[in-house]
Amino acid sequence: MKQLEAKHPRAIRWLHWINFPLLTIMLWSGLLIYWANGIYSIGIGRFSLIHFFPNWFYDLLGVDHRLAEGMAWHFVFMWLFAINGLVYVIYTAVSGEWRYLVPNRNSFREAIQVMLHDLHLSKKEPPPRKFNGAQQIAYTSIIVMGAGSIVTGLAIWKSVQFGWLTYLLGGYEAARLEHFLLAAGYVLFFGIHIAQVLRAGWNNLRSMITGYEVVSVKEAAE
Amino acid sequence: MTDQEISRITRRSLLTGGIAALAGTAAWKWLRSRPADGNLPWPLRVGLRINEEFSNDYSSDTRLARTFPASAIQESRENGDLGLDDDVDPNWKLNIGDLSLSLADIKALPKVEMITQLKCIEGWSVVVKWGGARFRDFVAKYAPNEAASNAYVALATPDREYYVGLDKKSAMHPQTLLAYEMNGAPLTAEHGAPLRLAIPLKYGIKNLKQIGTIAFSNTRPPDYWAERGYDWYAGF
Repeated sequence: MKQLEAKHPRAIRWLHWINFPLLTIMLWSGLLIYWANGIYSIGIGRFSLIHFFPNWFYDLLGVDHRLAEGMAWHFVFMWLFAINGLVYVIYTAVSGEWRYLVPNRNSFREAIQVMLHDLHLSKKEPPPRKFNGAQQIAYTSIIVMGAGSIVTGLAIWKSVQFGWLTYLLGGYEAARLEHFLLAAGYVLFFGIHIAQVLRAGWNNLRSMITGYEVVSVKEAAE
Repeated sequence: MTDQEISRITRRSLLTGGIAALAGTAAWKWLRSRPADGNLPWPLRVGLRINEEFSNDYSSDTRLARTFPASAIQESRENGDLGLDDDVDPNWKLNIGDLSLSLADIKALPKVEMITQLKCIEGWSVVVKWGGARFRDFVAKYAPNEAASNAYVALATPDREYYVGLDKKSAMHPQTLLAYEMNGAPLTAEHGAPLRLAIPLKYGIKNLKQIGTIAFSNTRPPDYWAERGYDWYAGF
């Protein structure tokens, strides 16, 4: 027999979906800013393997010479992004939802199992809880990263008034790199998140929209 | 029964979500299409002004920009030659109110040296050693009344091609210098000889080179880059 089961509370669904356009605007405006001094690359010595970002990438997205525009959007929408994240943290803390989300001592081991299963290296099914260990680690990390973006961003934006923070983060240039790496982390998270949502199917995605999941339950014995 | 139920809930949720998405898109389009104020849609300009209020209220003279040891000084970098001549006018004077001052008048003030980070709004930074007079000392000697009765400071190059506006609080900060030396040597033409502003509280765009005039006002002075879409305050 199939049955509806409440899964995601309304507040979490709204905050999750509101975060999507806000984070998009922050990443987009951040890219417009980064373009003006796009110096980061991965490589060995003088040999650069990947440059962030190649010109074709900037050309494709049309981000060149839009620093002022990027800064304005970034410094206005940062408030909405931060407030949305803060409301989420407060809600999960007060409602008790954090119990499903925060990793425990088994999460790491479980996350490895889930990963092996998802890569088709193990047949052991992930536990049928709301969030398995991999999800707990991912969804908690992303909140810690959000806090990191606010802290590193503040250290760049107000590097004199919050100079102690800039100093603790290793200085102005270091804070800028950290801020960039966190942004890259969101993109990475987003890619895996989308892949997992597609893999999990409609019933799972629908539960983030409606709040309800259709579950099979065994018929009670007559 | 369950299938009908979930279909009904899904329809309702997608409708709500669709309306929310449309509202968001409409808000975004509205924002982007607002008349420009200083080359920005005006609501964004309002947002920057609110940030400025917060910054102004929170900032304090006791919080100093980080200073560095001499070993941290980096190779200087030139960016921006607006309002600069290749050759420095030998008859250069600094005009403030009715006064016309020479470099010797500035050098007569107590000399301050500091090694701070010049941060370009583009995102790079350079550690520079500055030598010059504190703006607050300069004002105390040459324009005490104007400074006391006004809220803003305006600086411009001699040809007025480049100009910046400063809030008085930032201008009077102890690390705001009228600099005539850079890395131990007199300023070169491309770094703003004979006298420039060194204000580590602000992005490089506010560190005006080759100061021609200084004026005080109670209305916000025009600012070259603020007119082109940048934040007027542009401070750390």
